[in-house]
Order: sequence, then structure tokens, then C-alpha cells
Amino acid sequence: MRTVVSLMLIAIVAAGIIVSLSQAPVGAEAARQEGRLKQDDVNFGRYYNNRALEETGAANVVASVVVSYRGLDTLGEVAVLFIAALGVATLLRTKQERKPKGEVEQASLIVFTGCRFLFPLILLFAAYIFAHGHLTPGGGFQGGAVTASGFVLIYLGCRGRAVGAKQLSATESLSGLVFVITGLVGLALGGSFLLNFLPRGTTYALFSAGVIPIIYIAIGLKVSSELGGIVGTLAGEGE
Amino acid sequence: MIAFQTFLVLVMIVAALRAARAKDLMDAVIACALVSLMASIIFYFLHAPDVAMAEAAIGAGLTAAIFIFAINRTERRE
Amino acid sequence: MSFLENYIHYLGSFGLILIGLYVVLVKSNLVKVIIGINLIDTGVNLFLISVGYIRMGTAPIFSRATTTAEGMVDPVPQALVLTAIVIGVSVLGLALSVAIRLYGHYGTLDLRKIRDLKW
Repeated sequence: MRTVVSLMLIAIVAAGIIVSLSQAPVGAEAARQEGRLKQDDVNFGRYYNNRALEETGAANVVASVVVSYRGLDTLGEVAVLFIAALGVATLLRTKQERKPKGEVEQASLIVFTGCRFLFPLILLFAAYIFAHGHLTPGGGFQGGAVTASGFVLIYLGCRGRAVGAKQLSATESLSGLVFVITGLVGLALGGSFLLNFLPRGTTYALFSAGVIPIIYIAIGLKVSSELGGIVGTLAGEGE
Repeated sequence: MIAFQTFLVLVMIVAALRAARAKDLMDAVIACALVSLMASIIFYFLHAPDVAMAEAAIGAGLTAAIFIFAINRTERRE
Repeated sequence: MSFLENYIHYLGSFGLILIGLYVVLVKSNLVKVIIGINLIDTGVNLFLISVGYIRMGTAPIFSRATTTAEGMVDPVPQALVLTAIVIGVSVLGLALSVAIRLYGHYGTLDLRKIRDLKW
């Protein structure tokens, strides 16, 4: 009975989708073919594409949209991540929920040594990804996810040697503070929150594009410690 | 190009059906990771390299790890 | 062939959304329902990126090979989807920790039994 009713509901949803989208081809393609949107200021995508290089100095347009044009949305997203990590730690780190199963056996010597050797290389790669976020594809979120994968490697290969919880929470708090203080300095100097107050610099250089590298490094550290905290709490390590 | 993208979309749909019908939860988690991997390659063909990197690192790596840690603490069969 | 060129990404993303909706509505194991929610997330992200696609376009990154902004795809959906992917994984972690606590309290993950258990 439940299966039949759900299949009817799904058929109604599918019919609605097909009826409402049958006239349009792929979205921005339609605008280019029909020539409706002629000015730059109406289509936001084309506006950001044309103005991003001389207004922010970053070669990666998506990085300047995420950090500079829509920076407040990124601050909200970092807040959502913080609340989720807080919720996971509240739900799972109580006095009754200690180790999930009994004794865990250590991995063999080759796996142990391999994991210990690979972990700093993974951290170096992640730091490269989020330091070059304004020049190449990459940025804070991708680098943070790669670091969290490195933490998963430590929890799987070297049982019993967890990443310290105090260092993780200190990193997370400090990097969130750096993000908000950068925005407040922009407010004090120019009159709007998260204003780009450092000089543009030469394009394609590492220290260019104003405050975008600083904010991306802060976001990268924060996301990596958040996701590492979530994974560590679920794995049952630490206290 | 269109033939290759059609093939990727077909593999994605077949993996999603496998994730829906599997009785062993580990099967469903691995199929879910395969869906994310195919979506990441399709993102690259849609000219979005940032999103492809994020989906590959998060969807195909971290989501499967989080699911396996949670299945370790609860039941394995449906 | 031109039908496939125009609509294949839409069909893939809506197929994913409908399969995820089926798993959420019909299945009775809680972890299976959470897998269904993850499938819906992936489908919606794929749909958002395929809306901003321009055929024969290029990625929105300036370099020594690409110096003009002619023909770049839309960067705003990519920025939104970047945020949505990270939020999706954090909500997944929170939902799974609630499922672990439910299992510790009730002893089962079957939604029919959890609804029937009174105090």
C-alpha cells in the first residue's frame, strides 16, 4: 500500500517537472541564442566575468565570487559547519558512549609506517591547494576536505594515535576569528564589511588579489579542523 | 563527447538503482560513492573544475568514510 | 541526437532526485533513508551546475591562454554549489549521529518499530 502511494506521488512529481521544463534548453545557452539579455548589468554571471579581473585581481573568478562578491554567504556557511560539528560532539561525546566495540587490534607494521609517512605529504598537498585558491582551481573547501581525508587515514591505519582535540579546537577558533577580524578591519577602513582593502598586486602572483588569500587560508584551516572533528567523533577516538 | 557523457549518466543511474535496492548497507554506501564519482567527472565536462574537486574529495571520500563509521556502530543488514 | 545534447544532464539529475525520493518514501531502515537524502543532494547540485552551462564555453579562470571573458560559463551557480556540497556533508554527519543515538536507545533502526514504541 505504501509502495503504491509513493510511486503515484513520484509519477506526479515527474510529470510536473517534464511539463514545466519542456520548453527551455540549457539555461545560459538560451540567453545566448535568443539574445534577450543584452546588457552586462542584468545578467550577473556575465557581469562578474567581465569585471572580476580588474576589480579584485584574482585569476579564478569563482574564488572572487565566493570570497569577495558574496562573502557574507561564506560566513554563514562556516557558521553552519560549526553548528553541525558542535551538534555531533554534543550527541556523541557523553559519559556512556565510550569505545564502540571492544579491543581493536593494531594494523601491521607496513601499514602503520606507510600511514605515518603519507600524512605530512597529504597536509602539504592540501596547504598547496588552499594557498593557490585565487590562481588555479581550488581553494579553502577543497583543501579542507583533503586534510580531513588525511585524518581518516590516521584513524584507520595508526589506531590509538589520534590528532589532539585541543589543538583542533584551538585552530578552529583562531581561524574563525581571523575571518571575522578581516571583515571588521574592512568595515573600519572602507565602510563595508569584508571590503578588499589590500592592494591588487600583479596578476598571477602568489601575493595578489587583496584579502582573498588571507580569507581562503583561514577558511581552509577552519573547514579542515571542523571536518576532522566530525570524523574523529564518529570514529570514537579521543575523549 | 556527448556519447561519453551519456555513458557516465547511465552508469550514475544504474549505481543509484543499486544503492536503492541493496539489502547489505555496505553495498549501498559503495554505490553512493560511485554516484558521487560519476557526478564529479560530469562536473568537469560541464566546465566547473572547482566543483569537480570539491565533489571528488567530499562526496567520494568523506561521505563513504562517515557512513562506514556509522554502520560500524549500528547494524549492517537492512 | 540534439535532444540528447540538450537534455542529458537534466535527465540524469532528475533521475537521481526521483530515485532518492523513492528511497526516502518507501524504505524503512533509517540509514537507508539517509542514503536517499544524500542522493537527492547530489542530484540537486548536478542540476544547478547544468543550468549555467554554455556549449563550447570555457571554465571561468583567467590564465595566459584565456585572457578575455568571452564565452565563459556562469560562475555564480558554481559558487553556490561549492557551499551546498560542504553543507550537505555536515548535515549528513549530524543525521548519522542522531541515528546512532536512536539505535543506542531503542535497539533497532526500523522506523515502523520506533514509531510504535510508546513510553
